[in-house]
Amino acid sequence: MESILKIYNVEKYYGSRSSLTKAIDNISFEVEKGEFVAIMGASGSGKTTLLNCISTIDRVTSGHIFVDGEDITKLKGNRLNKFRREELGFIFQDFNLLDTLTAYENIALALSIQNVPYSEIKVKIEKVAKELDIKDVLNKYPYQMSGGQKQRVASARAIITNPKLVLADEPTGALDSKSSKMLLERFNYLNKELEATILMVTHDAFTASYATRVIFIKDGKIFNELRKGNDTRKEFFDKIIDVVTLLGGDLNDAL
Amino acid sequence: MLFKLSLKNIARSIKDYAIYFFTLILGVAIFYIFNAIESQTVMMNVSSSTYEIIDLMNNMLSGVSVFVAFILGFLIIYANRFLMKRRNKEFGIYLTLGMSKRKISLILFFETLIVGVISLVVGLVLGTALSQVMSLLVANMFEAKMTEFEFVFSSAACLKTLIYFSVMYVLVMIFNTYAVSRSKLIDLLNAGKKAEKVKMKNPWLCVIVFIISVCTLGYAYWCVTGGISDMQSGNTILIPIALGAISTFFIFWSLSGLLLKIFMSMKNVYYKGLNSFTLRQFSSKINTTVFSMTIICLMLFFTICILSSAISIRNSMTANLQTLVPVDIEINKKMDLPEGAEFSSAVVADSKVSVRETLNRLGFDVNKYFKDTLEFNLYVSNDFLVRDTLGSAYEEIAKQFPYLDYNMAETFIKESDYNKLAKLYKLKEIDLNDDEYAVIADFDSWANIRSEGLKHGTTITLNGKTLKPKYDKCVEGFVNMTSSHVNTGIFVVPDDTLVNMPRETGILVANYKANDDGGREKIEDMIINLDDSPYAENTYIGASTKISIYEGSIGLGAMITFIGLYLGIIFLIASAAILALKELSESTDNKERFQMLRKIGTDEKMLNKALFRQIGIFFLFPLVLAIIHSIFGIKFCVYLLETFGKGELLKSIIMTALIMVFIYGGYFVITYLCSKNIIKERL
Repeated sequence: MESILKIYNVEKYYGSRSSLTKAIDNISFEVEKGEFVAIMGASGSGKTTLLNCISTIDRVTSGHIFVDGEDITKLKGNRLNKFRREELGFIFQDFNLLDTLTAYENIALALSIQNVPYSEIKVKIEKVAKELDIKDVLNKYPYQMSGGQKQRVASARAIITNPKLVLADEPTGALDSKSSKMLLERFNYLNKELEATILMVTHDAFTASYATRVIFIKDGKIFNELRKGNDTRKEFFDKIIDVVTLLGGDLNDAL
Repeated sequence: MLFKLSLKNIARSIKDYAIYFFTLILGVAIFYIFNAIESQTVMMNVSSSTYEIIDLMNNMLSGVSVFVAFILGFLIIYANRFLMKRRNKEFGIYLTLGMSKRKISLILFFETLIVGVISLVVGLVLGTALSQVMSLLVANMFEAKMTEFEFVFSSAACLKTLIYFSVMYVLVMIFNTYAVSRSKLIDLLNAGKKAEKVKMKNPWLCVIVFIISVCTLGYAYWCVTGGISDMQSGNTILIPIALGAISTFFIFWSLSGLLLKIFMSMKNVYYKGLNSFTLRQFSSKINTTVFSMTIICLMLFFTICILSSAISIRNSMTANLQTLVPVDIEINKKMDLPEGAEFSSAVVADSKVSVRETLNRLGFDVNKYFKDTLEFNLYVSNDFLVRDTLGSAYEEIAKQFPYLDYNMAETFIKESDYNKLAKLYKLKEIDLNDDEYAVIADFDSWANIRSEGLKHGTTITLNGKTLKPKYDKCVEGFVNMTSSHVNTGIFVVPDDTLVNMPRETGILVANYKANDDGGREKIEDMIINLDDSPYAENTYIGASTKISIYEGSIGLGAMITFIGLYLGIIFLIASAAILALKELSESTDNKERFQMLRKIGTDEKMLNKALFRQIGIFFLFPLVLAIIHSIFGIKFCVYLLETFGKGELLKSIIMTALIMVFIYGGYFVITYLCSKNIIKERL
């Protein structure tokens, strides 16, 4: 399998020389095409910083990040924006939908900023709406939708551009358990049927158990890594719990 | 401690306050400049009659200042409310930390105090500087000679500005205290989180409302242009104004929904780039700001009308004088007064004497002081009324203009006299056959009415001779010198038709025998002093002189221009500032939205373009409707001010446009740059 994301010795420091905080302390790993990877860690472990660096919202202090062979730490200005809108898809904890636009328009925006003609937009939205089961809410505004619906609309926006990599930051953080389950099943579907590569950050073991691989981070370093292999989701969940227990500290609180 | 906090708050949010500060300083400066005109005019070297007009102007300016103070006061309170809204969260945090509401009010009190003091000081300094430039304009307007430049500081205007603005700031403080005491903590903390509900309007309702408002507006337009003749009293103008204001509101109301619908149905345009986002931004806000849009549109409308007609009055007045006052003096005298109880016998006897002879009897040597002298008479026939001269067109015209007096006696002049006069006045000469007549007029609406009669070929009979019109319209011309076009019509007829008719007025026109202004003024003084002659008691003689007409109309023109400029600029600033503040106060919401767009990878260029369009549409929307209003408004003003002159409108519209571009455009650019800064913050 070719790897879509390569992270080499990435470090990210905050603060000045006198009071240095190492948010990411020399992390390296790879994500292969078609993988569904979850990054787990307690709050303050550096997982969101890592995601921000990969998504080019933040810059690394040292190290390199390659997406499909291209070093994104070297990108600047409009090339960066181009990379972000063409190669990446984003799903945020608080949905980040525009409250003035309908679901349909929110999804369409991801394509229209790439100057895709409407005829094409129309076909693609129809398809993605079916896949994510949001056909009924397309003409609603964000405030008229439930959290789960909003997150599925956000997911539709993220994958409609056929990104090389979908980045999800605590996608179930603002959802109730039923909506979470439904969303994660959709993620699985996207991953298996559409071969979308997904990198998800979470502190929730249940959410992580839907991934094919889980990377644990503690204090800015990789602590452990679990692969699902042929396990059932339940078995994989138990394994994750074991590591979480080992990790100790405040990640337990998150369960 | 609280004072320090206030200082820090202002220093921190100086960027947000920029427009507010800018507006306050501008307001203070303008208020000072126009109130300081009084002390500038005192220094000027002008004649006493000009002084009277200057006095009148200064009185009117201080009256207008009270009105201006109301507008500025309203603006400041309105602006302050926006700034308060932006800081709800901050106040919420103060309250949760246990600060009392009284202390928050105190913080706001200090803030207003600091802002007030700074804006007053800077505004007064700026105003004093600009008023030196203004003094040049004032001198120019009154055509006074500036012998040397003099720095003028008006302590009276300064004090007045201080008092007026202090009152405004105290009102703001009271308002703030009230607003703080009424606020609830939960609302303050959640202020930013409230999800915006976007209500879509029923498109059919919008279409219907739009059509009705456009029709109403059309009717209001018609009232002030085509149907203007139905307007008989000053109060009737209120109806089209009210209709216009109401329909403006509903046009904005319906148009916002309608435009969105139209653009949404044009899918290829709507789903291109950030178009959908920009349009939604626009429509989501216009729902909540229809009312302020209406106010701004109407204020802009008044601004455009006031500025363009004020500037045009001054321009056309002076331009008119070149043609309307061709000679130095016109002396007129009542002739052939009827004998009877009405007039004393001495007056009747005098009325048989020619103008030249009367001047001699008054002790004035015509040959010594006058050149280019021309004397002639005007005749009036009492059995010849306006209605007769309109002929068959009368019925129709009377129906159209019922308020005119059709029973006025007509005035006549001999063809040879008129042609001599026309040569002197540089007017078009008229060559009549024995059976022809012509009408001269320069008051447009009357000229049109008379032309109607001429078109019908109305014949007139005088002394047994029947005359037919030579031209099918009036000839532009006049006999009496005035500052404006007021000749409603004089008949030019062959000389022999007026034989044996009683004279009505004797007229003598002439130029002064003098080489320079000083010499002319000397002769003028002599003529004014003729009033003291014992013979003056029994003669009805009067004079219009070039000098007096020029002074009067220059003063009047300058007065109207200054008041127009004052009001126009204040209105313009007020409306631009409201728009700018509204736009900026929403920038916090916008910041989040633009951040989202940036996260999904939108180009900076595209974002800036979207922001530019969004703000541009907001500034343009009320302006466009205001300009359409103004087309008709200015037409109405032209009608009202017709007597002052015509033709100069283009120049004043260009001037108005320049002022608009400078101030309104300036506010637009500042708003755009500030908003750009706000959405740029932190990625």
